[in-house]
Amino acid sequence: MKGAQLIIEALKAEGVKALFGYPGGTVIDIFDRLKESDIPFYLTRHEQGAVHAADGFARASGKVGVCLATSGPGATNVVTGIATAHMDSIPLVVLTGQVATHLIGNDAFQEVDICGITRSITKHNFMVKDPEDLPRTLKAAFYIARSGRPGPVLVDIPKDIQQAEVMAPYPEQIELRSYRPTLKGNIQQLKKAARLIEKSRKPVIFAGGGVVSSNAQEEIRQLSSIIDAPVTTSLMGLGVFPEQHSHALKMLGMHGTEYANYAVQEADLLIAVGVRFDDRVTGKVDKFAPAAQIIHIDVDPTSIRKNVQVTIPVVGDIKTVLRDLNPLLKPRKNPEWLQQTQNWKQQHPLRYSQSGKVQPQYIIERLADLTRHDAIICTEVGQNQMWTAQFFNFRHSRSFLTSGGLGTMGYGFPAAIGAQVACPDKLVIDIAGDGSIQMNIQELATAVLHNLPIKVIILNNHSLGMVRQWQSIFYDRRFSQICLNRRTTCPPDCDQNPDHCPPAYVPNFVKLAEAYGASGFFIDHNDQVNDVLETAIATPGPVLVEVAIDKEENVYPMVPTGAPIHQMLRGMA
Amino acid sequence: MRHIINLEVENSAGVLARIAGLFSARGFNIESLSVGKMDSDTAHMTLVVRGDDWIIEQVNKQLNKLVDVIHVSDVTETHYVGRELVLVKVYCPPSKRPDISQLVNIFRAKVVDISNRSMTLELTGSEPKINAFLDTLQPFGVQAIARTGAIAMVRDSNGKN
Ligand SMILES: Cc1ncc(C[n+]2csc(CCOP(=O)(O)OP(=O)(O)O)c2C)c(N)n1
Repeated sequence: MKGAQLIIEALKAEGVKALFGYPGGTVIDIFDRLKESDIPFYLTRHEQGAVHAADGFARASGKVGVCLATSGPGATNVVTGIATAHMDSIPLVVLTGQVATHLIGNDAFQEVDICGITRSITKHNFMVKDPEDLPRTLKAAFYIARSGRPGPVLVDIPKDIQQAEVMAPYPEQIELRSYRPTLKGNIQQLKKAARLIEKSRKPVIFAGGGVVSSNAQEEIRQLSSIIDAPVTTSLMGLGVFPEQHSHALKMLGMHGTEYANYAVQEADLLIAVGVRFDDRVTGKVDKFAPAAQIIHIDVDPTSIRKNVQVTIPVVGDIKTVLRDLNPLLKPRKNPEWLQQTQNWKQQHPLRYSQSGKVQPQYIIERLADLTRHDAIICTEVGQNQMWTAQFFNFRHSRSFLTSGGLGTMGYGFPAAIGAQVACPDKLVIDIAGDGSIQMNIQELATAVLHNLPIKVIILNNHSLGMVRQWQSIFYDRRFSQICLNRRTTCPPDCDQNPDHCPPAYVPNFVKLAEAYGASGFFIDHNDQVNDVLETAIATPGPVLVEVAIDKEENVYPMVPTGAPIHQMLRGMA
Repeated sequence: MRHIINLEVENSAGVLARIAGLFSARGFNIESLSVGKMDSDTAHMTLVVRGDDWIIEQVNKQLNKLVDVIHVSDVTETHYVGRELVLVKVYCPPSKRPDISQLVNIFRAKVVDISNRSMTLELTGSEPKINAFLDTLQPFGVQAIARTGAIAMVRDSNGKN
């Protein structure tokens, strides 16, 4: 069998249900073989779209996402998507073509050292230099991507390897002597953890993206109910614990809820599960959870004691560990502590002002209601992302897809494409800013042509809102290059009065949607919100809804960088 | 503190770049790195790393996490033999030969090349011994030094370093 055919066989053997990519000279043999296969292929309009779509597919389905790009520019175009997946521990296999082995190192046409470029942003990468290594390498790539702490694996395949005859069969199993993730938690550590939990009076569970990748949402819910502990999540953990639950504290950190931040600062025990204590969560790290002992459960030993000191580390797969831990715990009640967190919730709820303009937070709340919280919500990056995280009230694991670690603008829309492919019967919505959506707007063509009925809600503040917010709060309103409506006719010093702005925002999103063959809607009054959103959701095919919002609307509460997390700015609301 | 870390790694393309990249990306301080082939698909490396306990713990874990790394052992706290090899060229007109030869004997070094202007010496030993040797030669005029990093092996007996 030729190498190219073997690649197709490998994808089939791995149960790959969708492939996202873009052709080119060094992968033409693979595309030739693809023509004969029945693996659904999604031709995006940019390789960045393909890799984010594969990532969205992986997050929504829990399966490995697969993407295929040519060498050189094709390979460099997937770099941002690989880094995005790496930061959020998303299982991807990225296949890139490479110039023929005899040309490698010659600065050949469309040659880049993509293994060198992606070394620090992949879980692992391979270049196949011998056709007989191809089957084992592909098997290893899928295994490494999905096991342990998941992550992206790149396989660079020179053109002559694709054309060569391969004798070795595709292996059914693989063992790597140098890669054996620990799955089961150490039982002594678990017993110690159980004792610590028993002694604590103010426990808080802090759940993150690791709970999603391990599919341990049930186990987290059990843990919370056995020990009667409130639950906060990181941005990546949203959805693993139902946010309408009385134990839910919602999101922790820079734009988390006041009550989550207060609870963590008061807690005497933090049970941290599948988190990595990102600086956006801890704020000033030596003032983080000052009274708490920490039990840290994670599959990746390097996450433990990287940023914070831990009392009891437990290394293992979260679902496996919690299944061992939960039975060791005595059921208990913490009425006083829960009363305390309840009081904080009542005193400091998330809120927003009711000015005349359409409030973005209101849009998110309406979407949550209209979808009965049963939709896959993707976001871009910036204020749109934080408002969604704060106001959607997530209930289901894998229902919130966002670029957390890297904060990649342009992620949400192609990720929505992947999610819609993975879950054809689900409603998939991308909540966007007018900046981010333009980073991968070309994928409207992909969505329209594959009839993927994604709804894109653009919260249009004519600005790079989150950057504007920082300039507004920390740089004394010295606005610099954040206006997306600015043109040469504007005065050098803008007075920020919207009445003086150029009349027409560029692009006209509604017309743009129509140009692509999608439907476009526009909202600029509160009384349109319900009707238009309902219509948009009911409209078949891809839909783009532009909502005019006030550029002065900021995300609150907010912990300034370097402050402890209980010192939050509350804003105007 | 200075730590000696032994690695057994897959002898694959890029493994050295992965390890070097890890150190630069995470800002770890590497003092020396020596690599040698063990068999057709395994290589041995010894790293000398400086850092507090916190950093060294991360270094060990991060190395372990690399897919190509088979085994990591920090031998610092064990009984181990640590050795380095140095080649040093000193300025040495014929008149100085007896002086230098005497030092060679004291340190149990070897003379590996000799000319009218210089002598090239070879010494194997622990890091302090090599440093002492180089210090002693300094007054004669050291012209070039080639030094391997440390390599290390755990002792089965209770001998000293
Ligand atoms: C690719 C990329 N470039 C730059 C940034 C820095 N950045 C973070 S938020 C933001 C503004 C986003 O603006 P928009 O998409 O309109 O969203 P808003 O904050 O207005 O909701 C920028 C530029 C980023 N996160 N990603």
